[in-house]
Parts: sequence; structure tokens; C-alpha cells
Amino acid sequence: MSRIVGIDLGTTNSLVGYVDETTGLPRVIPDAEGRVLLPSVVSFTREGVLVGEAAKRLLVRRPATTIYSVKRLMGRGYEDIKEELCYLPFKVVPCDGIVKIQVEDREVTPPQVSAIVLKSLKERAEQHFGEPIEKAVITVPAYFNDSQRQATKDAGRIAGLDVVRIVNEPTAASLAYGLHRLKEGVIAVYDLGGGTFDISILRVKDGVFEVLATNGNTHLGGDDFDRAIVVWLLDDIRSKHGVYLGRDSEAMQELRLAAEAAKIRLSVDERAALTIPFDGFTYHREIARTELEELIGKLVDSTLGPCRVALADASLGSSDIDEVVLVGGSTRVPLLRRRVRELFGKTPHSQLNPDEVVALGAAVQAHILAGGITSMLLLDVTPLSLGIETLGGIVSVLIPRNTTIPTSAREMFTTSVDGQTIVDLHVVQGERELAKDCRSLARFELSGIDPMPAGMPKIEVTFLIDANGILQAQAKELRTGKAAAIEVRPTYGLTEAEVERMVEESFAYAEADVEARLLIETRNEADTVITHVERALRQGGELVSGDERESIRAALEELRRVRAADDREQIREKTTALNRATEHLAEVMMDAALKGALGSKRAAEIMESK
Amino acid sequence: MDHFEVFGLPRRLAIDTAELQRKFYELSRRHHPDFHQTAPPEEQARALEASARLNAAYRALRDPILRVEYLVRLEEGRDTKEGATVKPKAPPELLEEMFEIQEALAEAKAGGLDGAGRAVLVAQRDRLTARLRDEEARLVGPLSQHWDASPPAARQRGLAAMKESLAIRAYLRTVIDDLTDALGENQEGYVTNRRH
Repeated sequence: MSRIVGIDLGTTNSLVGYVDETTGLPRVIPDAEGRVLLPSVVSFTREGVLVGEAAKRLLVRRPATTIYSVKRLMGRGYEDIKEELCYLPFKVVPCDGIVKIQVEDREVTPPQVSAIVLKSLKERAEQHFGEPIEKAVITVPAYFNDSQRQATKDAGRIAGLDVVRIVNEPTAASLAYGLHRLKEGVIAVYDLGGGTFDISILRVKDGVFEVLATNGNTHLGGDDFDRAIVVWLLDDIRSKHGVYLGRDSEAMQELRLAAEAAKIRLSVDERAALTIPFDGFTYHREIARTELEELIGKLVDSTLGPCRVALADASLGSSDIDEVVLVGGSTRVPLLRRRVRELFGKTPHSQLNPDEVVALGAAVQAHILAGGITSMLLLDVTPLSLGIETLGGIVSVLIPRNTTIPTSAREMFTTSVDGQTIVDLHVVQGERELAKDCRSLARFELSGIDPMPAGMPKIEVTFLIDANGILQAQAKELRTGKAAAIEVRPTYGLTEAEVERMVEESFAYAEADVEARLLIETRNEADTVITHVERALRQGGELVSGDERESIRAALEELRRVRAADDREQIREKTTALNRATEHLAEVMMDAALKGALGSKRAAEIMESK
Repeated sequence: MDHFEVFGLPRRLAIDTAELQRKFYELSRRHHPDFHQTAPPEEQARALEASARLNAAYRALRDPILRVEYLVRLEEGRDTKEGATVKPKAPPELLEEMFEIQEALAEAKAGGLDGAGRAVLVAQRDRLTARLRDEEARLVGPLSQHWDASPPAARQRGLAAMKESLAIRAYLRTVIDDLTDALGENQEGYVTNRRH
């Protein structure tokens, strides 16, 4: 049996884990520098593709070709996401139901971008074990629909992985907790990550983890908190400095990263300061935790509704919950912990690192599938009702939400016209009465029916939701007993042929080799320093002597000269030299900024220019 | 194999749910695809099918009302969902009241609701909800017991009574949903009774 790894493919960060055979405990695998989190960021450069930290560092400088939070686009249609496109610095275009990301002259699909992240984790695991890794368990938000799950599976295939199971994130987390810490009883797993929210209610008994109900929102997470802060900062900057930065994608990325950093700080401290040098001015601002709470209060509260629905679906009250477990980086926010505690009347657990717990659980599930653990069993559910469109656009539910999977339903279909040989079915997922308000999954065409008078053929279709939460269908004509052909046209997905093509193409998106990667990083670092120094000279040049200004300018020119060449050592040397030459100026400017001197001067200039 | 047979149970409505759960976990350990991942494809397919059948059986039997619905379907030889829906029927003793409620609903739809109108709808909904609870208690209590106690030859009448009770329940649930809609309390995430 070949090794199976567990992968948490997150909105913000991704991780890979395995179960250590000797201790029986799950572990996450670090990269060469000892970091376990791989930022889910991919940057397309002329020299090759960058992933993780290296790509993250390009977010500000190469906003149009550096893709982040792609999980929010997985298995989605253009209509689903067009409202948030104004916040994304890269170009997203509609294409045959799904969306594609335009990177300069080529287009990539969200599964292809995710595949690059997966491939990097695959290679990390291969380095760790010194053997090829071909199989993986990948986690998805529990509330992911069929298209989103399928897109994740496609991403795995494009990355050269056999995805042996798609596991829900909150349930994976419960497995990680379950190994040692969890008592038997009913637990609620509250999982708020970078882009998605899940609540799952489970009963843990005799080693069986039975999900009773799940609910959530696949478009709510820490990214939305950051966005709320950014919108507020944009307003503040406009009133203080008279500029609107909303259309400047570099500035927007700076703001987004600063907002994220401030948010993280405010989980520990009462106040956080942010200082961002922009072209022409330096923006400085303090944020109090109470201000943050006001900005994100509504978003936090919007997670409580799904919690109540999940409780109701499990026929439980909040007092029936024995333990509450917090998962996902966003659950570090104190306001959120307060709200969860109020709702369930219990102090939630968070002993396991909320960033790692899902990957640890994925590793446990992988180990179960490999036959390494037989004492634990996960019984998960399908999060959304599956139905077919009937006359008048009404949905007839075949498999209700929160049904334990795998599960199947049989349904009889017939023809409505004499001699009809084809029957079309429209399969949807969702909780609304009308098909148009639900999520269209696929159109099925049953063909090869023998011509008979209307109503005579009896076609039995079996819909099966497998243990991955993904739909499969089979059809049989009962009179003749022969299988009817079923052609599936996914509404928001890639066809089999498209996935095949992408698997073949995937080498075109090979990660840049080590040398190229280091060169890109060094050059990028040089560019960042050049921009900062140019800005510093403009804003605070007169705070130092003319001689000092001259030596800074000279160092700047030196670096500019070597930057375009391919000599990495030289670029690094000149970057260090420029940094050193500017140290004093930076200090002087920081002092001035803290005294508010620059700020007021800037305001005076604005008044003059009007 | 019907859902009772999956658990090796006789076709009876009285079921010890704790015991049913224990058996469900035990059978899940035997059939769940997780434990057959390394098996040949045919065995994996068998596990998948057995597991799906087990899950369906557990879902149908663990809830006493769903259990009655399933039994009625099984006794009538309908095992797909088609034709499974019972035709809703108004409770005979409430016919007049139902007429009033439908009128109030039509008015609410046409001209909106004032405070007094809301109060009327809320009161009606409360009354119907109480009536629904009574009906469900009757269904899982005396009617179920009666069916279990009847000799096979005498079960037809019991079956008819349960069908009638299910029809009344379906009707009440629809009207309660309509009232909730009219009161504007149908929030997102709220799933109407009509669909499940």
C-alpha cells in the first residue's frame, strides 16, 4: 500500500501532513526552512511560477499576475463572484460557466492554480519521505457543493495526485481532536478560515464520528474581515490625505496586507498601529480593538444563523452540546470567541493549533484509508439537498441535506411524447423550492431509449452521493433491462476532456527552478528597496545633509545598473549597500513621522495645491 | 432487502433507538467504504452499495414519523420516491377555521399586514402548531402501537388510519409554512416543511 498524505488546501495557507507510524500521531511536514504553512499564493513570472512565501512577497509588486485566495473561485460561476471582483487585483473572466483568471496573455482556471499549490506540497512530502507520493486526502469546507468538491478533485488530478478522498474540514478537525482529547458526546466544530465558514455538529461514540448536521457559508471568512477594514481605511485616507486609492491595485494590496496584520495583532493587543508609505505620503493610523469589532460585528453575527439551523437540523438545543471546538485562523478573533461562547454557553476548545488541526485530521483520515487505523470511523453527511427540476420549475428533493453519505436514491422517469428516445434531467442542489433559486449541478441526458408510446418506457435513475460528497448517476431501462446512456454536462465544472488536457499542460506551469527562483526573489527585493528609497528621498530627503543625499543617490544608481543583469550575488550586494546608505535617513524619517511632523506638512501642502 | 431487514428487524414500528444506533455503528464498521479502500474494485463497489443502503435504512428508521411514512410506502409496494407524497388533507374538525385562515392569508398577500392582522396570524399559527404536535403524538403513539398489535389480516384499517394522519400532518405543515411566509419570518437558511 503506497503512502497517502493529508492535505489542507486552504484559502490563505495550505499544509500537508501524515501519521507517524511509530507514535501513531499526525504530523505536519515543514519545508526546507522549517515553515509548515504554505501560503496559497501563486505568482506567474516570465522566469517561471512561484508558490508560497516567494509568491506572497510579489503580492504588492506584481498584483496582476499574483493569484491569492483562489479557493473562493473554485467551482464557481461568474455570476456568483462578480460583486467581489472589484477587490481582486487580477483579472477574472467568465468562460463556459466557470471563471478563468487572465494572466497576461494566457488564461488559467482556478483548479489549475490550486494544482500548483498542491504540487508544491506533493514535492515537499516527497522530499520528506524520499519517495514519490501519488495519493492524497484533500479537505474542503463542509458546505462546499458538488461543483466545488469536483473542482478540488480536478485540482488534485492536475497536480498528479490520486485524490482518494475529499474530507470535510470540520470533521477532519474533529478526528484530530478525537485521537486523544475528546470525550464521548456531542460536539460542535466551528470553523472559520480565510474564506469559508462551516459549523458541524457531531456525535462521538465508540470511535464513530457521526456528523448529525452541518451548515455554513462558503463565502465568508477572514478575507471579508480584511475587506471591511480596507474599505474603512480607504475612507480614512481620503479624508486625511485627499486621495482615493481604491483603483490603485498595488496600494490596495499594501492596504489589504496591513489590514490583515492589524487584525491579527488586535487578537492579542487592544491597539494596533499601521504605517504604510505610499507614493507622496506616509499613512499612519492606530486601530483599537473596539473599532475592529464594530467593523466586523455584522460578519461575525452572520455565522450564528447557520449554527442555529445546524442545531435545529440535528434536533438539538445549544445545551445539548458537550464541547465546542474552534478551527481556522479567524477563530483567534476575541469577539468571535465571545459570540460562540454566548451561543453555546460553553468556553470553546482551541488547544490544537487552529491553523494545523485540519491538516492533522486529514492525515488521520488518510491513515484510516490506508488501513493504519481501524478503531475510528467517520460518518459524514451531504450538506445540501439534492433534487431534480420537475414541471413548473419546482424542485423534487431526492436526497435531503444532512443525509449520511454514501447514500443513494432511485427515481423513475418516462417519456412524454410518442417515440421519444431522449429524456433530459436537470439536477440541482440547495434548499429552495424553485430550481432557479438552487444551485444547478448538471444536466443529464438519458439517450438510447427504444421508441415507444409516451409514458411506456420506465427508466430508473440511481443517484449516488459517494463518501466524497460527489454525485454519480446510473440509468437503466426497466422493460429491456439495458443500461441507458447518461451524458453529464456539469454546469460549473470542467469536462473530463478539459481535465485531461490540463494534466498534460501542467508541466507548462512548472515551478521555476531554484536558481531562477532565487534570482526573481533577489531582484524583487531590490525593486522593493529601490521604490522605498525613491519615496524616502522625495518625502524626507531634506531632513539629511546634501552629502548624505548624494551617497544614497549613488548607491541607488549602482543597484539600478546591476538589477537587470543575471548576477544574483551582485544584486544582493548592491541592495545591502543601498539599505545601509539609507539607514540614517529611515531613522530620521521615522522620528519625524512619530512626531506627526510629516503628516501636518503633508496636509499643508495639500491645502496649498488647491 | 427492505430497511427493516437491513437491521435484521421485524416489520414493527416500535424500535429501541439506542439499540438501532449501536447496530448502525456496528454495520457501518463492516460496510463503510473507508475500510475497503485497498480492496479490489468489485468489493469496493459492493461496500459502497451496502453502505448507502445502510445509511438510507438508518435515516428512515431512526425517526418515528419517517418510520411510519416508510412503513406505509413499503406496505403499499412503493419504494421509490415517486408517488410517495401523501395528498394533504385538512383536519375534518378544523374545516371552518381553515377557511378563515386561507382568507386571512389572501388578505395578507394582497394588502400587507397591520399589527392586529399579524397577531391574528401568529395566534392561528400557534394553534395549528399545537394541533400538529397532537397529530404527530397520535401517529407515533396510539396509531403505531395499534398497527404493531394488529394481526396481519387486520392491519389494513390501521394502515388507512396512519395514512389519514400523515395527510393531515402534511396539510398542517403546509399551512404553517404559508403563515410563516406571510409573517415574513421565512429567513434564509430556513427550510420549509413542504420540502422535507
